[in-house]
Amino acid sequence: MDDVRPNPDTLLEALQQQNSKAARGRLKVFFGLAPGVGKTYAMLEAARRELAAGRDVVIGYVETHGRKETVALTAGLPAIPRRRAEYRGVPFTEMDLDAVLGRRPQLALVDELAHTNVPGSRHPKRYQDVLELLAAGVDVFTTLNVQHLESCAEAVHQITGVPIRETLPDSVLDDAEFELVDLPPEELRARLLAGKVYVPDSARAAQDHFFRAGNLAALRELALRVAAEHVGQDVLAYRQAHHIADPWKSGQRLLVAVSPSPTSAALVRWTRRLAGELQAPWMAVYVELPRPLSAEEQSRLARHLALARELGAQVIPTTDDDVVRGLLRIAREQNATQLVVGKPVGWRALDLLRGGSLLNRLIRESGLIDVHAVRAEAEPSAPLPRTKLPPLARADTRGYAIALGVVASITGLNAVLQHWLGYQSLALVYLLSVVVLGMFAGRGPTLAAATLTALLWNFLFVSPQFTFWISGSTDLMLFCTYFVVALAMGHLAARLRAQQGAERSREQRATTLYLLTRELAQASDFADLLAIVLREVGKATQAKLALLLPDDTGAGTLTPYFASTWSLPEKEQSVAAWALRHRQPAGRGTDTLPSSEGLHLPLVAGEHALGVISLRFRDATPQTPDQRDLLDAFVRQIALVVDRQRLREAEQQSKLVAESERLSKTLLNSISHEMRTPIAAITSAASSLGDRGSAAPRELQQAMVGEIQEAAGRLNRLVGNLLNMTRLEAGHVQARLDWCDVADLIQVTLKETAKELAQHPVTVELAPGLPLVRMDFVLMQQALGNLLLNAALHAPEGTQVRVGAVVEDRTLKLSVADTGPGLSADALPRIFDKFYRAASAPTGGTGLGLSIVKGFVEAQGGRVSAENQAGGGALFTLRLPLSEPPPVLAEESP
Amino acid sequence: MSDATVHAATVLVIDDETQIRRLLRVCLEANGYRVEEAATGQDGIAQAAQRHPDVVILDLGLPDLDGVAVLDRLREWSRVPVVVLSVRDREEDKIAALDHGADDYVTKPFRTGELLARLRVALRHAQPAPEMTVFRNDELEVDLAARVVRLKGREVKLTATEYSLLRLLVQHAGKVLTHRQILREVWGPNAVAQTHYLRVYIAHLREKLETEPARPQLILTEPGVGYRLLEME
Repeated sequence: MDDVRPNPDTLLEALQQQNSKAARGRLKVFFGLAPGVGKTYAMLEAARRELAAGRDVVIGYVETHGRKETVALTAGLPAIPRRRAEYRGVPFTEMDLDAVLGRRPQLALVDELAHTNVPGSRHPKRYQDVLELLAAGVDVFTTLNVQHLESCAEAVHQITGVPIRETLPDSVLDDAEFELVDLPPEELRARLLAGKVYVPDSARAAQDHFFRAGNLAALRELALRVAAEHVGQDVLAYRQAHHIADPWKSGQRLLVAVSPSPTSAALVRWTRRLAGELQAPWMAVYVELPRPLSAEEQSRLARHLALARELGAQVIPTTDDDVVRGLLRIAREQNATQLVVGKPVGWRALDLLRGGSLLNRLIRESGLIDVHAVRAEAEPSAPLPRTKLPPLARADTRGYAIALGVVASITGLNAVLQHWLGYQSLALVYLLSVVVLGMFAGRGPTLAAATLTALLWNFLFVSPQFTFWISGSTDLMLFCTYFVVALAMGHLAARLRAQQGAERSREQRATTLYLLTRELAQASDFADLLAIVLREVGKATQAKLALLLPDDTGAGTLTPYFASTWSLPEKEQSVAAWALRHRQPAGRGTDTLPSSEGLHLPLVAGEHALGVISLRFRDATPQTPDQRDLLDAFVRQIALVVDRQRLREAEQQSKLVAESERLSKTLLNSISHEMRTPIAAITSAASSLGDRGSAAPRELQQAMVGEIQEAAGRLNRLVGNLLNMTRLEAGHVQARLDWCDVADLIQVTLKETAKELAQHPVTVELAPGLPLVRMDFVLMQQALGNLLLNAALHAPEGTQVRVGAVVEDRTLKLSVADTGPGLSADALPRIFDKFYRAASAPTGGTGLGLSIVKGFVEAQGGRVSAENQAGGGALFTLRLPLSEPPPVLAEESP
Repeated sequence: MSDATVHAATVLVIDDETQIRRLLRVCLEANGYRVEEAATGQDGIAQAAQRHPDVVILDLGLPDLDGVAVLDRLREWSRVPVVVLSVRDREEDKIAALDHGADDYVTKPFRTGELLARLRVALRHAQPAPEMTVFRNDELEVDLAARVVRLKGREVKLTATEYSLLRLLVQHAGKVLTHRQILREVWGPNAVAQTHYLRVYIAHLREKLETEPARPQLILTEPGVGYRLLEME
């Protein structure tokens, strides 16, 4: 075990802690054994030294209790005005956390770390305010008495007999610097007698008891030990950071078994202390048995798990129908080296049936794992307000009523049956009823029925009748056997039912999650996804819901999604904003602003908070851990899906950007080529004319002029196409539909393009009796013209171009067919795309012509298509819908 | 027609592009016109008032006034023929200019020959020519006094509406007429939107008068604007 090499994991952790410490503020605790030792005084003195050293120090909250020396020390230290709050008509002042955060001092003084804030504050406890200050990079000086440490509260209670209410988790102090403010007990008592210790009126009675010399000595020892432990931790942390290989701890991992039993809390604290001493990580495991918990047990369990979490444990819930098996499974999975369980009290008969007591089994089956069996005191049940009878109790009342009814009716039946059957058979009838009852009533009613039937059978049917006296030894034997069998049967039946129930609720939970996942997977886009989230979560929780998403600005402002069913009041919005910023749940049932109306759960995926789901439940009862687990699972699932969707859309966006970049590049390339070519032709032809002047041969002059004219025509067409495309893109193309003559359209278009089509013989095939068609003559002329030019460009010279017009299915079909090489398979689907040019396309053309055709025809409600003809060559078809023919004109005779 | 060149007609060119004005001057003077120039709408209106040009060539995109506004101002006091010469090629612009009193419309880029032909037509229509009773164009002869139409010497039977349509085209031979103008003249002011009347009757006329109705040489379509009867010179 003499491992001199630093463990890489430990090194990494040390490094990470150093980094996070750099950003976080440092906490310094002025730690004392009891009130009155001068912690506040010491803190203020230290603060003045910091101020003198040039640091920006403010008083967040300091309680001077009006003592002159202390007040004098606050002079010169800037104080943040306290926040005034009122609770049940009583005014309170609290530290104004937002004001301190807004002021951003280097160091803030916050007295009494264990203080409980007035209800309605952001956090229930002051130490949570301090944690937020530290997270914001503000150093904090604070004061604390040993009794308020969670792990010491139990001991202090035992020493002084005074119950400690205000406690804070030890983990808060993990990185804190300790300064012990020590005062010998005699001096403290002297100060107390001199009236120099502030004691609230309500605590006067407890004062004498608490401040007894013996108590103070014990408290002092406790305080010194805690401070010494912290110093030890600091040394160890220093050693790890500086690779001093000395007392490497063997990798201990502790695991404590948590249950709803009232002794569990003490067990958790005990484990935390051991873990602290061993410098070992620790886990709290709860094995969920297939037995439903009562409402009280559930709330106790939730408190125990929360306590473990607060004290720094990793909480692992698991499900098993055997506690020992479940515990050991997790212990092995987590490589635990030491297991802490409660020492059983009393003797349990049923343990024998289960193959020995739990502890015995645990010790036998735990193998290499050490087992601590700790005697733990049951905690007095917390004074939780019991507003109403838990539902389970009500169900039980009903169960007893049913059991009573069943027993009564079976007794009646037996009274009749006894004329035909012997009394032994009647016992079997009773037994049958108990077994059946066990299947639908709870354990209590079943066992009650078993007892009742045993007694009734004895009283009514076993001779001597109407006495509880049993004469024969056979009857006694029979009675005893009946009693035991009925009890056992009832117990087993009830347990079976409970198992089924637990199974069912687990299955329900799994099904709900599965359904959610399936629904989410079907969402087609982001809006759809959010709508599904709202619907499914609303269905599962029966709560009013709001889905809040941050603005794109990144300023952290939240906008409610429009389909939300709960419109958040402004106060709740700020709670939601806090949840988003800190990526932690806030609001009802959490540590932050628990007095809010709603519960606000951030959607966290990796480093990002994607939004907040805010829920407002209909009734005021707190959620059971089960419900909360399901909700958490929901939120995790939703966050994952939302994040995936967000990434997908971001990817699409970047694809779009890439595509538009590609397009503009293509545009620039093709435009510069298309423009420069005719300009080059014009320049060269004009210069050659200019050089030779009139001396040039007449043919050359004509040829040059022809070149200039053709180039100018080409440029003009290009500009026209670009303008048309721009108009289409800007949505400025509005078809002005009017009755037009198709033959006229074709004729005008052919005339316009005659020059370009000079090398291609054109045939026109018009179906007889073509009606007038509503179209935009100019748009159609340009569309048709572009198709003709396209044919002239792609089909070899001398090949035929056919223009046709027919009416089919109340549609005018205009077609342009060439006998060229046709369209390639990959070109077909993209042929009408902007700037698309087939790989085989001859030079010339911008890839705009056909997309303009499409734009113009669609602007008139028509469609375009391209295909290859059976005999070879491309075929383009324009289809325009036919409307009602215009009113017939009365034709006069000539 | 040679009367336009007998006494050199004056052309006022209103265009803000120096290069176009220079080109037009060279080309028009070579064809026997006198040329005046104006670079702005205001200057154009002033010059038209001072110099009484025989015909105006007007650009629509002027720096100070829109060409259509210049047309309106000119038409308040003058019937001088105006040929619009513009880069605006949308039919709305053409129709607007024609409806505001332009005699013809040529889009840039233009062929000089075409512009000169339009100028000649505009000049001729502006002159108080002796009442024309018989129109002849190649094989077509229209006797407006006798209301008789002959093609290759043979009389062609036309309905009353066909005849009034043909008469309107003949009276404005060589000039473009917008759909609205034709519909108002032939069918009355209530029919200006009934383009389909016009399509049907133009098709009828072409059937009866054109040698090859599918490739009309006489009644020409001005896409989106109107029709023009070709005039043989």
